[in-house]
Amino acid sequence: MPARWWFLLFGFAAASAWAQLAIEITGAGAQRTPIAVAPFAGENALPPSLSAIIRGDLERSGVFRSLEVPALQPSLTEASSINYAEWRARLADALVVGSLVALPNGRFETRVRVDDVVKQSRLGAVALPTTKEGMRAVGHRAADYVYEKLTGEKGVFSTLIAYVVKRGSAYELQIADADGLGDQTVLKSFEPIISPTWSPDGKRLAYVSFENKKPVVYVHSIADAKRTVAANFRGSNSAPAWSPDGSRLAVTLSREGGSQIFVMAPNGSGLKRLTSSAAIDTEPRFSPDGRWIYFTSDRGGTPQVYRMNATGGEVQRITFEGSYNVTPRPSPDGKTLAYITRNGGKFQVALLDLANRQVQIITDSDRDESPSFAPNGRMILLATVINGRGVLSAVSADGRVKQRLTTPAGDVREPAWGPFID
Amino acid sequence: MSTRILPIIAATSLVALFAACSTTGDADKPAAKPDAAAAPAPEATARKPAPTVDLTSRRADPSAMLKDPNNILSKRQIFFEYDKFEIQSEYKGLVEAHAKYLRENPAAKMLIQGNADERGSREYNVGLGQRRSDTVKRALILLGAKDGQIESVSLGEEKPMCSDHAEGCWAKNRRDDMLYNGEY
Repeated sequence: MPARWWFLLFGFAAASAWAQLAIEITGAGAQRTPIAVAPFAGENALPPSLSAIIRGDLERSGVFRSLEVPALQPSLTEASSINYAEWRARLADALVVGSLVALPNGRFETRVRVDDVVKQSRLGAVALPTTKEGMRAVGHRAADYVYEKLTGEKGVFSTLIAYVVKRGSAYELQIADADGLGDQTVLKSFEPIISPTWSPDGKRLAYVSFENKKPVVYVHSIADAKRTVAANFRGSNSAPAWSPDGSRLAVTLSREGGSQIFVMAPNGSGLKRLTSSAAIDTEPRFSPDGRWIYFTSDRGGTPQVYRMNATGGEVQRITFEGSYNVTPRPSPDGKTLAYITRNGGKFQVALLDLANRQVQIITDSDRDESPSFAPNGRMILLATVINGRGVLSAVSADGRVKQRLTTPAGDVREPAWGPFID
Repeated sequence: MSTRILPIIAATSLVALFAACSTTGDADKPAAKPDAAAAPAPEATARKPAPTVDLTSRRADPSAMLKDPNNILSKRQIFFEYDKFEIQSEYKGLVEAHAKYLRENPAAKMLIQGNADERGSREYNVGLGQRRSDTVKRALILLGAKDGQIESVSLGEEKPMCSDHAEGCWAKNRRDDMLYNGEY
């Protein structure tokens, strides 16, 4: 079968897979770096095409604008000498070339090279082991390499996202690549599933399931689908949050009356109460350095964000503007806090600079929930409602780049962006 | 309040117990006692005690009341105002009836599921629903139900009765559902 025919088939299959998330870019960065990704030599041997995956990833980041590249004869490879003037004439600031090479042992290797066209210099090259089944994975790895060479920050194209899809009367907890493709259902239930959150090693998800007619916190190992009950105390058990080292889970329990924050091992042992209030204290989140726990509390009359030492004790109020500020999510560098604010009847994502206390609302939708930072802090994934349907949306931390991830038949909600996987 | 009510309940149930003992006791004791002073005569066969079939003592399955649409106990929902957690006066009779049932049926167990409308954070709404179910649990305990009989939990905004995005619908979703064992 000719390679092109294969590609068409794949394209059709991807488009008709009704369960998959489709990405639509609804806003882009003001200054996007023009980049040319040349077709990789030999890439037609194993679809989908590597250069197309890399191009798509870089384009979606909002940081790059991909340039049209004409068919080149012969194909450029990482070993080719680059005519910088020619690429400059095509208005490229950066150039990516590479090849897919069949090795004598039957395996494959993806070779990628990145050049700065303006400075006329090679920025780096890498060889990535490749399997026939893992072309999308290696494409995302290659895109991460290019992204890091050009921006100095780690790329998140090979990270995973988790989210819940409600379809009819069933709830599905799914994981997918950061571009929404390659979705897999890890849990399907007739009862609600909320608050999925990734363990720091990316191997487990903690979440709340209502399968026992009340909220119970589970820890779910993704590779072997083993579920363990983390918190099933009398009353409600909810809002799990991993400590940065994965050794503890903060949870909200009502076992002693009200909704209060506790910390325990992920197997439920060593339970310790952290808050003591007559208020609702919930939505705990550890700061990335493990020092603080940010949480929502209505102890002051309205729900606001507070923080306390991760071992409990004195509580500091963090948000002051407005009468409804919930769901705190510290950025990976710990410098900013994303949360949901009610702004004139709209629920939107706000970013608070923890150093200078400046607040910026970065979305223009009106029913936002569950913001989740990409592990490099560049983008925030969130749930919102468009035309009465739950969709996921991603927004850059500067509010400029916006994307929407929808699934044709169902409501998508409760997104959680997974960690870097080494 | 609960400490004052409890002895009264204990006393009433004791009275009931005594009353039941004396009736069954009266029925056979005199019959079993022969009269020693009487002359020997054709041997009087002592009448064997006749066991009583007492339909009055056999209560109907109490849980049937819970499903009888004419019984207030079949009503299981308490609705709340926006951002409010107090039980409104119209539900006083309902709460009292359920407290009485729990008192009189110590084996009965209840799950109270608190709910919130869809606005705002899902997890904070779990907290709001919990506040609503805790309120009703507290009222039932004050009226004599035992803490161990009642578990109050929250379903947050996850189980709406009504799914339109308007107040008419939200009002139906700010509620407590009371379920008895066997129903959950």
